[in-house]
Amino acid sequence: MPERNDSGAAQSARHQQTPSQTVGPFFGYALPYGGGAEVAAPWSPEAIRLHGTVTDGAGEPVPDALLEIWGADAQGRPIDARGSLHRDGHSVTGFGRAAVDRDGHYSFTTVRPGAPAPGRAPYLLVTVFARGLLHHLFTRAYFDDDPFLETVAEDRRDTLRAVRDGERSYRFDVRLQGDGETVFLDFIGDGRG
Amino acid sequence: MTDNTEQDQIVAEIGALHTTATAAAGPLPVHALRDFGPYRSSALRHPTHELVRADPEEIELVSPAFGHSDDLTIQHDGEPLGERIIVTGRVLDGEGRPVRNQLVEVWQANSAGRYVHKRDQHPAPLDPNFTGVGRTITGDDGSYRFVTIKPGPYPWKNHRNAWRPAHIHFSLFGSEFTQRLVTQMYFPSDPLFALDPIYQSIVDPDARQRLIAAYDHDVSEPEWALGYRWDIVLTGSKATWMEPEEGEHA
Repeated sequence: MPERNDSGAAQSARHQQTPSQTVGPFFGYALPYGGGAEVAAPWSPEAIRLHGTVTDGAGEPVPDALLEIWGADAQGRPIDARGSLHRDGHSVTGFGRAAVDRDGHYSFTTVRPGAPAPGRAPYLLVTVFARGLLHHLFTRAYFDDDPFLETVAEDRRDTLRAVRDGERSYRFDVRLQGDGETVFLDFIGDGRG
Repeated sequence: MTDNTEQDQIVAEIGALHTTATAAAGPLPVHALRDFGPYRSSALRHPTHELVRADPEEIELVSPAFGHSDDLTIQHDGEPLGERIIVTGRVLDGEGRPVRNQLVEVWQANSAGRYVHKRDQHPAPLDPNFTGVGRTITGDDGSYRFVTIKPGPYPWKNHRNAWRPAHIHFSLFGSEFTQRLVTQMYFPSDPLFALDPIYQSIVDPDARQRLIAAYDHDVSEPEWALGYRWDIVLTGSKATWMEPEEGEHA
């Protein structure tokens, strides 16, 4: 395989996208951090839980996935407060990161975001990383009906809904493949996300 | 002689998938293919439906603010074993603009090819003076820099005699969340490139090259460490490059 020693210079001249690679199996001591799943403090009155299980094409739990959520504040506005890596116990920064447990289950506490615009439904952006997944996947956990859901095949729409399963608790399962495969999103427009 | 029948099979599968991708109409995909059989773990973990096109909302066009005080590069009392290196570069968007004040996270194996991670069963020594995890925030020019140890290649169980080329994992945030990227940086002239289904899951040879850092003698410091330069480009949704229409030249 030919090697160039100028690849750094070449890429900065053309500004072409750096390709993805899998997060691999060994991120567990590197990416998760204390309080990462607590976007809002669990004891705060407006806190909700978003939780679910990540499963593979055989319906088996994926025990080594990492999820990130990113959402607006309760008024639907993006948050520019710092502190996503060092929780101070009261600020809501909108960003959370959680590794699944051995049963493929994850759980965040956060606030229910406001709608991004009149007529639109609140949602959280969910990003999925895993060993065996060579490029992350984006999806959205909607808390209500949204016009975007109308654009998705009817039999797949429900995979984009966070389902209320208790007092201030919502379930959002992620199925990477197969029956009930989650709708994953392409924001770039190249069909590959 | 090691029986490399399985490795030969992996290389043949890689070659066939590259041929198929090259023969398909349109530009080669830049990112790793999610459905890439030679990487066995991808079989049940890639979606089979096409992704659904979504216009990013405001929230997806911004990124979290991590702040300046988050440099958590872990230090130890003693010096880690291995070849000390400096890795530096810039995080840029598709227009060449710096991605400022954003989080860069790295993790890697030690010089013997062993991760601190408890699931790493490779019988190579752990280094009490090396954890292999760091976080930093890019500067105003998009630059990052860290001092580390050159990681060793390590075996994995994808197939018999499977070895990963030496690499450093990178996690990156752009100025918009759609630019989020997790990837791996490699070192020049690694003999394992052609054998590695993860590296080869990027079917565009030019894109694969972009994961290889350049040795840079201007980064090396005398009596201290060798230097590598690796720039990262996050194009996101805003900066998708469009072919100019006929007659659109200024």
